[in-house]
Amino acid sequence: MRSAGLFRLFVAGYLVLFFAYLFLPLVFMVAAAFNASRFPTMLPWEGFTLQWFWGFDARGRPTGLFQDARMGAALLNSILIGLGVICLSVPLGLAGALLLTSLRSRWKGLLYAVLVSPILTPGVILGISTLIFWQRAFDLGGGLFLAVIGQSTFIASYCMLLFMARLERFDRTLEEAALDLGASHLQMVRRILLPYLRPAILSACLIAFLQSFENYNTTLFVIGAEDTLTINIATRVRLGLTPAVNAIGVLFIAATVLAAIGWALLRRRETVRRERPAAAPAPKLAPARA
Amino acid sequence: MSELFRRFGRPGGGSILATAALWALLLVVLPQLTMVELSFRPNLPAVARGGPEDVWTLANYTALWTNPLHRTIFWQTIWSSLLVTVLSLLVCYPVAYHLAQEARGDRALLLATALVIPFWVNEILRTFSWFLILSRNGLVNRVLLGLGLIEEPLALGGVGAVMIGMVYAYVLFMIFPLYNALESLDRNQIEAARDLGAPTWRIHWRIVIPHAKPGIAVGCVMTFMLAAGTFAVPQIMQSLPGGTNARWFTQIIYSYFFDGGDWNRGAAYAFALLALCLLFVAAMMRIFRVGLADIAK
Repeated sequence: MRSAGLFRLFVAGYLVLFFAYLFLPLVFMVAAAFNASRFPTMLPWEGFTLQWFWGFDARGRPTGLFQDARMGAALLNSILIGLGVICLSVPLGLAGALLLTSLRSRWKGLLYAVLVSPILTPGVILGISTLIFWQRAFDLGGGLFLAVIGQSTFIASYCMLLFMARLERFDRTLEEAALDLGASHLQMVRRILLPYLRPAILSACLIAFLQSFENYNTTLFVIGAEDTLTINIATRVRLGLTPAVNAIGVLFIAATVLAAIGWALLRRRETVRRERPAAAPAPKLAPARA
Repeated sequence: MSELFRRFGRPGGGSILATAALWALLLVVLPQLTMVELSFRPNLPAVARGGPEDVWTLANYTALWTNPLHRTIFWQTIWSSLLVTVLSLLVCYPVAYHLAQEARGDRALLLATALVIPFWVNEILRTFSWFLILSRNGLVNRVLLGLGLIEEPLALGGVGAVMIGMVYAYVLFMIFPLYNALESLDRNQIEAARDLGAPTWRIHWRIVIPHAKPGIAVGCVMTFMLAAGTFAVPQIMQSLPGGTNARWFTQIIYSYFFDGGDWNRGAAYAFALLALCLLFVAAMMRIFRVGLADIAK
């Protein structure tokens, strides 16, 4: 019993350390965004300022994030690519999932391996192979279109896994009943299958967009001369410009915290509604692959 | 296949099949094959392509072995990625265990939410936050200077800094698979072992860890793949003072594509990296006796 008590104490201390490790860097980054110091640092503290969001320096030059037109253009590109990835990945993932759940032969294993392999492939290699193939086969260079293609290579696989997980619990007799009762195939899909898949489609859209928005390693190779938000951030970080980078971090963290709180409240309501207070939450969000 | 047509009819089944086939071919199989094919050809100007000099060659691969700098960076990348993987596993195991087995109700929800937050702040900003801590005017140097322990700011860059950044950037890819695996472990098994007098370490060694095997395999595969294939983390951490020696293999590949203009050599290097990652996946699947369906979740 003594060893178990000691172990518990150790775990508690460890958890505190772990969460400090996880959050302190983010706290410093946020703090530095409000520091008047010219360098992105929290110490020494030179006074509170909002000039890294919107403001001017002593010589009247704009210093803020929101005054940067390139930033706006990059954000717009990121959103366009994200929407393109949704339009491509979700149908691809859905087709893959429907095909795989209808296959029984030995081809199933092979096709499954091919379609999930991009998840296990490093992002840079997906970018490189996309760049080479489209350049050689269609004489297409890097740009927004190729970014959509390159990112969809692995995002479609994530979508497919989401759909397959939902289809696993699907009662196939519903489909057969509809067909037996004279519904056309199209009617069956529209009235039975798609309504059942609705939650999975929504989460696939969300995850596809977020994954695309955060992606860096694949995008870097296929984006050509264009700019996206992550590419822009990386350039700023590398050139070590001003705390405007930290201001981006603040916005990212604020958005994430809000979304996480909303998600937690939603889950909590669900657990209460199902009257399973003991059930641990299962955060099965797919990780964001940069 | 007939089942597909029975379910969706001829036009429906046909379009599903065509869509999936296009995906597999245009986005996965053909790009990879093109990359491999390119890697076995010499780098020629466009006019000489298909000419007498355009023959199969291993030169792009032998270059990786004969160039001592590239070979060193290749092994350093692999070795560091392995270390990052092991470190992440050690760091994450207690947290995942606690979250899955000990925390309950609102507390578990709070912890899970707290984990999700850094998860969605992107890789570059996560790395940047550690860059700020280790930089010349960063927190570590400021604190050490303030305490009078050092006279001059330390140059904290190097392979170690890159690895710190990576463990930080990728811990969550380890935690979530571990958590998903451990969540399904029946707590009665642990209670029974404890009642029968097993010490804590043995409970973990004989019950918890064997149960977590698929999660360990998935977490290790994801972390290794991300670490070996990252471009962002070393790129940022290199800007630290003293960090220029911490080159990553992906950076060599990048420079062949965009600085040197030798796509063939770049493709060969990329394929070498991919082959090593696939080898790692295969090894993990064998060691932990898990299938592809367990890994890709």
